[in-house]
Formats: sequence, structure tokens, C-alpha cells
Amino acid sequence: MSETNGDKLITIENLQVHYSTGGGLFRGSQIVKAVDGVSLEIKKGETLGLVGESGCGKSTLGKAILRLTAPTGGKVFYNGKDLAHLPNSAMREQRKHLQMIFQDPYASLNPRMNVGQIVGEPIRTFGLANGNSVEQMVGDLMETVGLNRRFIKRYPHEFSGGQRQRIGIARALAVDPEFIVADEPISALDVSIQAQIMNLMERLQAEKDLTYLFISHDLRAVRHLADRVAVMYLGKIVELAPGKDIYADPLMPYTRALISAVPVPDPVIEAKRERIILKGDVPSPINPPTGCAFHTRCSYAIEECRSIVPQLAQIKPSHTAACIRINPEHPDINANEAAGLGAIGK
Amino acid sequence: MDKNGSILSVNDLKTYFQTEDGMVKAVDGISFKLEKGETLGIVGESGSGKSVTNLSVMRLIPEPPGKIVGGEIIFDGVDVRKLSIDEVRKIRGRRIAMIFQDPMTSLNPFLKISTQLMEVTRLHLGHTKEQAYQHAIKMLKTVGIPDPESRINNYPHEFSGGMRQRVMIAMALSCDPELLIADEPTTALDVTIQAQILELIKDLKARMGTSVILITHDLGVVAGMTEKIIVMYAGKVFEQARTKELFASPANPYTKGLLKSVPDPAHEQGKELYQIPGLPPDVAHLPVGCPFQERCYRVEDICRREFPPFVQINEGHHSLCHFAKEVYAESNATTLEEQI
Repeated sequence: MSETNGDKLITIENLQVHYSTGGGLFRGSQIVKAVDGVSLEIKKGETLGLVGESGCGKSTLGKAILRLTAPTGGKVFYNGKDLAHLPNSAMREQRKHLQMIFQDPYASLNPRMNVGQIVGEPIRTFGLANGNSVEQMVGDLMETVGLNRRFIKRYPHEFSGGQRQRIGIARALAVDPEFIVADEPISALDVSIQAQIMNLMERLQAEKDLTYLFISHDLRAVRHLADRVAVMYLGKIVELAPGKDIYADPLMPYTRALISAVPVPDPVIEAKRERIILKGDVPSPINPPTGCAFHTRCSYAIEECRSIVPQLAQIKPSHTAACIRINPEHPDINANEAAGLGAIGK
Repeated sequence: MDKNGSILSVNDLKTYFQTEDGMVKAVDGISFKLEKGETLGIVGESGSGKSVTNLSVMRLIPEPPGKIVGGEIIFDGVDVRKLSIDEVRKIRGRRIAMIFQDPMTSLNPFLKISTQLMEVTRLHLGHTKEQAYQHAIKMLKTVGIPDPESRINNYPHEFSGGMRQRVMIAMALSCDPELLIADEPTTALDVTIQAQILELIKDLKARMGTSVILITHDLGVVAGMTEKIIVMYAGKVFEQARTKELFASPANPYTKGLLKSVPDPAHEQGKELYQIPGLPPDVAHLPVGCPFQERCYRVEDICRREFPPFVQINEGHHSLCHFAKEVYAESNATTLEEQI
């Protein structure tokens, strides 16, 4: 974990990624708003956790920040430059500082390249070293991530899942980046290996002063790694708070349900626990519900929730949420429900 | 064999696979009992043999390269191993049903849900078309599919992941089986949908009295769902106990490591997580002695020389470890936090 002195590393303003889909000869295309107006600040040295169900747009947001998916609107400021509108050549230069770790270490490594080539490629591409010193650097990187440098000539299939994820991390580190988007980096791994990779990521963060955007559906892992947590639902951020606050005191009904759904590895607690079970699935982003997108599954929804789009507003110090049934004076939705308070927020 | 109401009793089961790397003992001498109406959790990492155990029970091991080479699988008094394949087919799907991790690959994408659901009861219960159709609608309603009368005519791709898993459960429970084997049924699903499916399995179990084997890698899932747990590693049962006892007083270093490596939301963020060192076992090349020796925090010389004994701690609690009693005593003396 990291010192967060509050300096912003990345500022995201009203970022949008809209795709058109379907569309044939006789049929109009439809718009999928995968990311729909996200504004976020990522502070230097912090780990920002990004959680949500599948299809909520969290991976698309991560890719759009790095422009691996082209944003269709909004800005992403890094070092005073707007990455979303940088010419390709200038963007290429920035990729040295901005890297990504992927979920599936099987799919994200070229099976025809050995570790030396995989990790060495970005070093050569950016001209950070040449000749024998590339191999030297790759070897050092392998040791940094806990791989034996003797394996430099081996191919991805000769490694286990956890080791492949280490190769992916070594590749990301090769250019000495400042910011890493880690998209579900531990989901495909065995339980005992997940802990190893999380510890590795934390150690590297401390050693190299890295900033992470940690995308995951595993709320236990996010709780462990993240300084702040952003909750996403159908393309929008619906709650943002320091990790401890979001778990101890979630404000949004959706966040409460999400946290409540995680099974606790303790049979005594599990037996007593009241779980909030959400009805239904995430609605399709092609035709999202009107008003608050969550109203179709929310047990607190009132008439106004169908029409008013809630805005992310500060409810408690450094704790923002998007729900019209809470405001700074009345942050507790259960109390508001009991008191019969209707639409009191933004 | 089952004098005391066991629906399933597996004794010294051995399932081996012939591979280029030599003989792989995927399941090597597993024994467990499942009482009627009980839920048993089987926990393990990849390569632990948890899925092979259950494929063996269903006689679904591809042969070659696999083969059940020893042991008994007593289902309701009959050894499944001794049955002909026709007799096994009468049990499979009717009296023992299975749901898998990925409902997309276990449903036929070319057939309507109705066809797939009706097939089961027409085959096993001798339903007419109309009976089977009505039964299928009833089952979809039971598992919480909204508007089953029209959804029954959809194809699998028209359902979401959670809904597909519901369809799988409807199919599995169509013939009111005595045993349901659920192999990682929620691993591919979101936590919110996982909570729905687990609640559904719990509810159906209570209503229909089905016995359940729940295979998972997630200790959180088994904590709330099961009465008994088996922890598997390298084809062996490393520990078995009643669920509460296993979590409160583990008697095996591997179980302890697994419990401790799950991040606890109550903990401060950023504290280093306990990690079991090394990699999951390569079952084709196990070392002499204990298969867990290289990853164990309390390994001693004997662990490198001799295979550990299966020590009985108390009634129903066993651990495969040279130091099972000591590990158990440590569990009771201190919190998990202070150990390892």
C-alpha cells in the first residue's frame, strides 16, 4: 500500500465509449453505451479498485483510459495531456508510462514467443536497450516478479497459470511504467496463487511507486488491495469511497447488495447473516432502464427513480454516491425509507 | 454397505489416467460418505482430483485414457462400478444428476430449451410429449424463470448466464434425483447471481430432500452451504470434517493455508496476505513422502521420507498429516492469525 499524497495522476472527464451494434441492411443499428459519462481522478501511488457485475463496462473503461479502445467522448488527462485526443504517434510515446495486465494469461501471451521475446519486445520497441543488455534486463525483470531467469528460453505453455501471470506482469513492467490497469488479474488463478499475485502486485507498487487501476468482480480482493473503490453499474460510476468506508458503510442499495452477495468464509457468520439477494440480471446496455438504471432491481425504488437520472454527489466526506433517496443530511437509505422520505437527493 | 442411511459411500476409490508423462493418479484412494439429505463440500485447487472423483461416481471417466482401477462406489446399496453401462444410464440423470460450471457448453445450442428439458423426462419417466412439456414448464417455474410458458421455446443463447444455470438446475432436478452433484456451479457467474443460485440450491434441497455434493474452490461458498467438507490435494483427501469444525479447528497445514490466504474484509487493507508458496501439484511427478511438503510451513524430515498417515482427530474429523494432532492443537490454542 501506498502513500497517497493527493497528487492527481490521471483525471478522467465525462468519458464515453458508445458502440453501435446490430444494424443490417434493413435494420437500424443500436447504440451500446458501455461507458457513459464517467468522471474520476486517480491519485499518484494509489490503488483505485473498480468493481461491478459483468457487462457493467468496467473493462471497457480500463481500456478506454489507455486508449486500447477509442473513447467516443470525454477527456483523459495524464501529465497535462489529453490522451483521448492525442495523435497516434504522441500516444505511442505515452504507452511507456501506461501499461495493462490482462485477466487471461493464456490468451494474452503469444504462444510462439519465448519469455525472452515476450518481455524483451517492449524494451526493443521503445529502444530502452539493445543487444545483450536486453536479455540482461529481461532476466532482471523475471527475478523481480519471482521467476527463475534460467527459464528465459521457455514458451508460455511450459508455465502454470500463476507463472504466466507473472510473465504478463514482467512485460508490463519492462518499460518502467507509472500507471498500470490490471483487468481481473487474479480471476483465472487458483486460490493459493491469487494470494501470491496480490502480494507481488503490492510489493511492486511499493518498490516502483506504481499507481494501479485494479478491475475485479472479486470484492474480497478489491477490499484487500484498493485504497479507494469505485462501483460501476451499466456504464456509470454509482458510488466512490475509501475502501474501508465502502465495506463498512455502503450507501447505495446496489453496493449494499454487491457486498452482501459475497460469501463469508466462516460457517458461523454465514448461518446468521441476512443476505440481500438481488432480483434478476443486469439489464441490457442496449436498452438501459430510464431514470436510475438500477431501479428495476432496487427494493428502495420509488416512482421518481424511473425518470430522474441520479447524479454522483458527495454524501459524506470523500464518499460519493448516485441515488436520489439519500443526501448529506440523510445518508441512511433504511432510515429514509422508514421516515417516508422520497426523492431528496440529486 | 449403507446400514445407516448413506445415499453414497465411496471407499478407497482410485481413478488413474495413462498419459505421455506416465500414470497420473488423479484420484488415489478417496473415501467418503454422504448421508441422505446432506450437503457435502469438496474443496481443492486445479489438479486436486475433485472433479475426477465425481465423474467417477457418474461413471463418466473417458476410457482410455482414464480408468477406475480400484475401490467401491456404493449408491443406495449398489456398487455403481459393477453395473452395466445400460444400468448406469438408468441411474444417471434420473437418480444422480449433475450440473457443471459452464451452462453454455453443457446445453445444446441448436436445440430449444423445451426439447432439452423434455428429453430427460421422456427418457427416464416415460412421459408423453404433453406430460413432458407441462413438467418442463413446472420445473422452469420451480427454478425461478419468469414467464416459463414462453421462455421454454427459447434457445440457450437467449438466456443470460444465471438463467442458463437455472435451466441446467431445472433439467438436473426434472426426475427428482436423490443425489445432485454440482461441479463449480457458480464459478462463471457474478457474485449477485451466485447468491441467487446458491439460495436456489439451498431452497430446493430443503423442499425436495435431495442430497448434494458441491464442488468448489471457494471456501466462502462451502461455508454457508454444507454440513461436511472434504479438502482434496493431489488426488488425496487431505482433511475431512464437519463444516464448523473444519473452519474453527483445521488439522491440516494445507487447509490452514487455504483459509488464511482468503482476504478477510474485516482486515486492514494492505496488510500482506498469507500465501501458500509454490505451485499446485504436478500429479504426474509427486515427490516421495507428503505431496504438500514443498509448500508446507511446518515441513520436517519425516515428511520428505514417508507418506503421511490419515489421522483420526475425533469422530468424523480426519487429516492426512504426520503432525495432524499437533496442527489441530495449535488451531484450538490460538487464532489463525497467530499461527503459520
